[in-house]
Amino acid sequence: MSQTTTTKTAPATDVAARLVADAVTVGYGEQPVVHDVSLRIPDGKVTSVIGPNGCGKSTLLRTLSRLLTPTSGTVRLDDAPIGALSAKQLARTLALLPQSPIAPEGLLVRDLVGRGRHPHQRWFQQWSHGDEEVVTDAMRWTGILGLADRPVDALSGGQRQRVWIAMTLAQDTDLVLLDEPTTYLDLAHQVDVLELVCRLNRERGATVAMVLHDLNLAVRFSDHLVVMRQGRVVAQGDPVDVLDAELLHEVFGLTADLVADPRTGIPLVVPRGRKSGSVQD
Amino acid sequence: MSSATTTTRLRPALRVGRASWRVHPRAVWCAAVTTLLMAALLVVDLAYGDLNIPFTDVVRALLGDTSGVNAFIVRDVRLPEASVALLAGLALGLSGALIQTIARNPLASPDVIGVNAGAAAGAVGYIVLFAAADTGAPSGVGADLAIPLAAFGGALAATALLYAAGWRGGLDGRRLVLVGIGIAAALTACTSWLLVAARLQTAASAQVWLSGSLSGVTSGNAWWLLLVVAVVAPCALWQGSALNIVELGDDTAHALGVRPSRAQAIALLCAVLLAAVAVSAVGPIGFVAFVCPQIARRLVGTSRPPLLTSALAGAVLVLAADVITRLWLTGLAVGVVTSLVGAPYFIYLLIRTRRTQS
Repeated sequence: MSQTTTTKTAPATDVAARLVADAVTVGYGEQPVVHDVSLRIPDGKVTSVIGPNGCGKSTLLRTLSRLLTPTSGTVRLDDAPIGALSAKQLARTLALLPQSPIAPEGLLVRDLVGRGRHPHQRWFQQWSHGDEEVVTDAMRWTGILGLADRPVDALSGGQRQRVWIAMTLAQDTDLVLLDEPTTYLDLAHQVDVLELVCRLNRERGATVAMVLHDLNLAVRFSDHLVVMRQGRVVAQGDPVDVLDAELLHEVFGLTADLVADPRTGIPLVVPRGRKSGSVQD
Repeated sequence: MSSATTTTRLRPALRVGRASWRVHPRAVWCAAVTTLLMAALLVVDLAYGDLNIPFTDVVRALLGDTSGVNAFIVRDVRLPEASVALLAGLALGLSGALIQTIARNPLASPDVIGVNAGAAAGAVGYIVLFAAADTGAPSGVGADLAIPLAAFGGALAATALLYAAGWRGGLDGRRLVLVGIGIAAALTACTSWLLVAARLQTAASAQVWLSGSLSGVTSGNAWWLLLVVAVVAPCALWQGSALNIVELGDDTAHALGVRPSRAQAIALLCAVLLAAVAVSAVGPIGFVAFVCPQIARRLVGTSRPPLLTSALAGAVLVLAADVITRLWLTGLAVGVVTSLVGAPYFIYLLIRTRRTQS
């Protein structure tokens, strides 16, 4: 476990980061959703972006993965503007699992995971021994090898999310972005998926960035926390240092106590009840 | 994990040196069987008619033997019609598979999104405008090719309209189908108006075209069809692996390095060209483009209609319809037969879809 120094609001410029956002402003139509955000996704760490609904966290993640083009500012990958890469080049470096991916009716698990190899394939190299190995490994690693011949739409939500993560793994990238990977899952399966994501980081060395809803899970499973409110980053750093009662009040309008987890000492958010009235500035 | 040493092959492949291709055993099997069926139907189609010709003579004539009356009948009299049936079927089957894939909707097809209606409006418009006073049909040099050209133009115009009204930085399947249905309805109304406004004789000759008929096709039609299919079909098949990715949704496609709007635009253009050239040659043959991809999908067991098998299934259906009209239902147009087969299947599919959704 490495200990990082944290800065509460300014982006840490000393941290090694291949994926960097520079004064990025993004919006759908006229209205900007993300305002002037500068951010570094620390290499080899798990970063979680949290914030209230509509704060722009998904928009930020989509911009980092080039699904959206910023209206001003740039996203850089390995010091080059992300827009300069070809679609396949980008897909060989950075994988993204969108919020609710579509699994076509009847598609088999092994075929879906196999499609993760697409960025590495060409018309004359469509299924090499390497492809076969990487896909088998991804399925074994996520524990879905036994489901290989089942249609994806016949699986439970938790299994399905494992399949999608396996597809992202088959893409064999150094960076993995996940947009709310725990949506629609019960608590046990949320923990299950996040443990898988953490293993992806610890065992395979992937840099992970994800959007999460649940504060306690975000604190528990991330090395680096980015807190957003109304399209701006209001705090970032080590989760234990970043999260305090004052921040929860300011960002979520939530009055809560932070209690140390009796087993790990990691802070737990225990809400008292929603603050009445509007947020005061 | 106990399965750590398994070496099961997930997906079989054909590998030559550094090159490798995926092989779906079931898809290869289905394609082989439909190809054989198609070849057999072609021989049957060429053998029967006013004069029945032995199969051996048909095959010999197809393989290049030009001597004798039978060879002349097969090669010069019947081959244009049979090859138009085969090629139009291929084109329609492939077109339907492409459109159903990009619309992510098994009920979509070129007929639904207005390609046929556009071709019909173009052809009927030409027939009505250029009808000769005596026969009620267009006449003069090039009339046989002018009607297909007018139909082709009409189909392309309908698609241009669809692009303009349906494109929002990409293709949304539902939007494509809804806008297409609207355009088809408007164009069908235009065609009806033209028929009502035309003289009775002209309207009758237009009606023959509208029911989708193979009689009267020439070798000019066949060559034109062959040219377009030979150019467009490989482009469409080339898109296959990109379409596999696009089918996972726009976000996932981007994440896997495919620009969905580009793949969709190419696929839609190919689909429209194929459908337009087929319909312009044989008239709006119904249901082939819609039914064949669904049959092929069930045969091969894939999540989206397989392009090659859909095309082959299209050829089989149109050839079979041609044989049926030749042998038993003389006087009926091919389009009527394919609709007779297709319509019940369409209803079956609708009922099944509703059951699985509820």
